[in-house]
Amino acid sequence: METVISGLILGGGFGFVLERAGFGNPNKLTAQFRLTDWSVFKVMFTAIVFAAAGLMLLEKLKFINPQDLFIPPAFLGAAALGGALVGAGFAIGGYCPGTSVVGMMSGRIDAAIFLIGLVLGTVMFAGIYPSIEAVTSLGEFSKADALPEALNISSLTINLVLIVAAVGVFFLGSWMENRSKGLITSQTK
Amino acid sequence: MTKQNKDLQPAPYWKPLPSGITLGAILLITFVATGHGLGATGFTTRLTAWIGMYIAPIATGANDYLGGMVEDGNPLSAWITWQVIGVAIGALLSAYLARRIQLKMDGAKFLGGSKRPITALLGGILAGFGARISAGCTSGLGLSGGAVLSLAGFTFLGGFFAVGLLVSRLTKEGK
Repeated sequence: METVISGLILGGGFGFVLERAGFGNPNKLTAQFRLTDWSVFKVMFTAIVFAAAGLMLLEKLKFINPQDLFIPPAFLGAAALGGALVGAGFAIGGYCPGTSVVGMMSGRIDAAIFLIGLVLGTVMFAGIYPSIEAVTSLGEFSKADALPEALNISSLTINLVLIVAAVGVFFLGSWMENRSKGLITSQTK
Repeated sequence: MTKQNKDLQPAPYWKPLPSGITLGAILLITFVATGHGLGATGFTTRLTAWIGMYIAPIATGANDYLGGMVEDGNPLSAWITWQVIGVAIGALLSAYLARRIQLKMDGAKFLGGSKRPITALLGGILAGFGARISAGCTSGLGLSGGAVLSLAGFTFLGGFFAVGLLVSRLTKEGK
């Protein structure tokens, strides 16, 4: 029951914010790749930096134990290849998996079709799994899974660099948005 | 435009900064409460196994990738299922309150014109396949993996944006 409630509440907040930001709209999402609307970069970067800095702070206050956090294994070849395919799917199809759910709930038929595609892609993957199993652990970096250990730099320094980078993304993005005048609003046809 | 007409228009989207901070706060609370972040394709994979149980039970059970999920009964019985149902409810609520629910085929202007259903399906297939190679998508690996400063998360985001930018250029010139 706890699983049900925590999933519904946290997922509910996630879906609500994605829709508020305009991330159910494929024109707005793909405008990031046309470099005319930088909302995707800005929102993702802000969220990552906020959560990363928050986790660091809560670890320092001994409120959470870093060992309890799931850190994805460093199969970097698999991560790059998967990222490339999801990026191509995003550029062609207009969504990523999570945002296609948001698009569908706001009435977009193309988002529902994208979701069917997700299932088909999973079927194809499962169908040839034995022959591509090795790809899923491609390019393992064995030294560490996270940036502070891999680079031997404190997480404080990394978070500060990320914050500076995020500010840079906001400036660069806003400058390019002003140049192109292609910002997608909720009323853009 | 009269004021009344204006009230019926879709409400504007939130600005990126408040959206990003709110999203980051939800992500942070998720990590504190569950030890992991937010996701999406964990659910679509389980959904695939669940559909397979009904359409092709023998093949699904024997499948090296999906078989383990149907072995213990209902593959949908997991936190990620409730989280994605939550995403759907949250998105519906937000879209409803902002008068942004409209049944339509969207994205044709930039994504294939009359071939929009095909680009949507093809994009979904690529993303579904790719997210299984990396064991995560933009939410599960990019966003959540980035928040724990993981190499895999940032590597995923690098591949995602580099290829997205490239493919976006190529498809634009194809028209």
